[in-house]
Amino acid sequence: MKIAFPATGSDLSSFLDGRFGRATRFLIVDSDTGSFDILENNGNAEASQGAGIQSAQAVIAAGAQVLVSSHCGPKAFKVFQAAGIPILQAQPELLSDLLDKFRNGGLAEMNGPDKAGHAG
Amino acid sequence: MKIAVASGKGGTGKTTFSVALALANRDRARLVDCDVEEPNAHLFLRGGESTTTQVWASVPEVDASLCDSCGKCTSFCRYNALAVAGTAGLLVFPELCHDCGGCILVCPNKALSERKVLRGTIESRVIDGTLELVTGRLEVGSPSAPTVIRAAIENPSALQRRVTIFDAPPGTACSFASCVHQADHCVLVTDPTPFGLHDLDLAIEAIQGMAKPFSVVINRSNGDDDLASRHCRRRGIPVLMRIPERREIAECYSKGGSLLDADPSMGERLRALLDDLHFHVSGGPIL
Amino acid sequence: MSPKEIVVLSGKGGTGKTSLTAAFATFAHKTVLADCDVDAANLHLLLTPRVTETGTFMGGHEASIREADCTSCGLCAELCRFGSVSEIDGWFGITNCEGCGVCVEFCPAKAIDWKPSVTGTWMVSDSIAGTMVHARLRPGAENSGKLASLVRKLARDQAQAQGADIVLIDGPPGIGCPAIASLTGASAALVVTEPTPSGLHDLDRILDLASHFSVPARVLVNKWDLNPELTERIETLARGKGCSVAQRLPYAKEFTQSQMAALPIPLRFPGSELAGRIEEIWKETQSWTMS
Repeated sequence: MKIAFPATGSDLSSFLDGRFGRATRFLIVDSDTGSFDILENNGNAEASQGAGIQSAQAVIAAGAQVLVSSHCGPKAFKVFQAAGIPILQAQPELLSDLLDKFRNGGLAEMNGPDKAGHAG
Repeated sequence: MKIAVASGKGGTGKTTFSVALALANRDRARLVDCDVEEPNAHLFLRGGESTTTQVWASVPEVDASLCDSCGKCTSFCRYNALAVAGTAGLLVFPELCHDCGGCILVCPNKALSERKVLRGTIESRVIDGTLELVTGRLEVGSPSAPTVIRAAIENPSALQRRVTIFDAPPGTACSFASCVHQADHCVLVTDPTPFGLHDLDLAIEAIQGMAKPFSVVINRSNGDDDLASRHCRRRGIPVLMRIPERREIAECYSKGGSLLDADPSMGERLRALLDDLHFHVSGGPIL
Repeated sequence: MSPKEIVVLSGKGGTGKTSLTAAFATFAHKTVLADCDVDAANLHLLLTPRVTETGTFMGGHEASIREADCTSCGLCAELCRFGSVSEIDGWFGITNCEGCGVCVEFCPAKAIDWKPSVTGTWMVSDSIAGTMVHARLRPGAENSGKLASLVRKLARDQAQAQGADIVLIDGPPGIGCPAIASLTGASAALVVTEPTPSGLHDLDRILDLASHFSVPARVLVNKWDLNPELTERIETLARGKGCSVAQRLPYAKEFTQSQMAALPIPLRFPGSELAGRIEEIWKETQSWTMS
């Protein structure tokens, strides 16, 4: 299964980025093999609103089937919901630890956006 | 002739001045409130029957049977108002849409059509049969101020007045520019404070960029040697009028009264001011 | 822990918002300042900033017709929904471009350039009240909120780096894009108003905007003694909308006098009653935000 993590670094020894729309990059990880692709998240500097929408589209286009994130705004949430992609809530922990938690079913699903619409 | 009354800084007396100018010249001029985010002129000019028109913008609506999620519209949109949500197809975010219509044109499958969304209202009133006021009002939360400003300006004059006074939005950016752009002359209202004068210079920079003629009115003035007068003299900027700093004027304003209520003699000066401006702009008297 | 963002707004201009933000800043510890009122910004006039970092923000694009290649077909004028294309004697030109890109895409002669436009300049500075992030919007430029958003982002980054608890934002007047950009996702809004019909009218709209974005709001009536009755009405309106009400401030010459001295009120009039009241209001606002 392909899982998207907003990441502070470029491999599984980095941490979950506390942001979604303005995260520097995403790691798209294959939960079976542990291999991953890096999806850089440029081009959101221009948007005063809607950065989450762009990131959501990019993550979906990269083939992610699940998103693991600490936050999600309402517009991005709408996009994931429409695409049938669950968002699992997590703290900014080590990605390798989160991957283990995912495999053991230890991450809960986000039922709604946890932030009001925001810019920045 | 169209006169825009603007100011770099908010709160200097732009609406106070434009309301008084319109009242003193009601037989030959009308007022259009273009400060659509926070219109205030109507608070001082009350009464009369109003007609309201709505300002609609067109946001895209997708026909899912025709959309193949090619993403051309999402790449085109500069405002992130469209998103392809995987196999679920296209999502629209109307609150981000700036009504440019580009996505509808760009779609190769003609899957997008227009849906009307309310962006603002234009209210037109004639007070006591002589004073015409048009008020533009932006819907709270809408991003489309310039659209509503243009609609207010294009509203036809009920009384066929030859002179239109625009109460412009404050600031020096696109809303202000979309209003001043339509005028023949811009009157900038300032007060003799460092903030007021700092922002006056920025407004002048913007106006010079548009090659518009302008002049200045000093509100809450302490005399012709106050900070603002010296500032204008040094720069060779013509000062049309000084409105003195007086507690009676402030109190009158706080009760919803106009400058003419506080000082009726200002009426004559405001008529002469409009005559002068008209000569300047059109080379002749107001007929 | 992300810093809390407190945005100071007004609805109506000229109520004393910027003067009060500067005054609060002198009492605020572990705080980074953000001047998001980028259109004719004033906060820097009171805080003597020394710029440590700066950059140019290219926030969007502008269309520009290449005369040599233009065939005067007029399609751009037909398609432009913003009235930005004008024609004089068969020559077409663009002014006040909205930056949507439609004409560029559809010009049959590909005669329209799509140029990145300079929205403004951003600055990170050291000021007499701590780190301050501010900007200068190019006069006439589009003010869609992007520059204000950038200022907020940079201020948050600074706060994170310094371990500051609060980002104090000097917000813009009005309810348009820049106000929206300053408000969304903020922890709290302090709205400074005045007891006049305009003050009341504009307050109503900015409180609706804050509510629209789920930001709790607190209302402060400045110059309250100009009209005590209207002050009461305003505070009743605020409470009716579920907002909290801060202590009132009387009309005070110190506001203008401090501006003339290019200083925040507590530094120009240290130990004064007014400075004391402002400090109390700041402390109350801080605890209200944190709760």
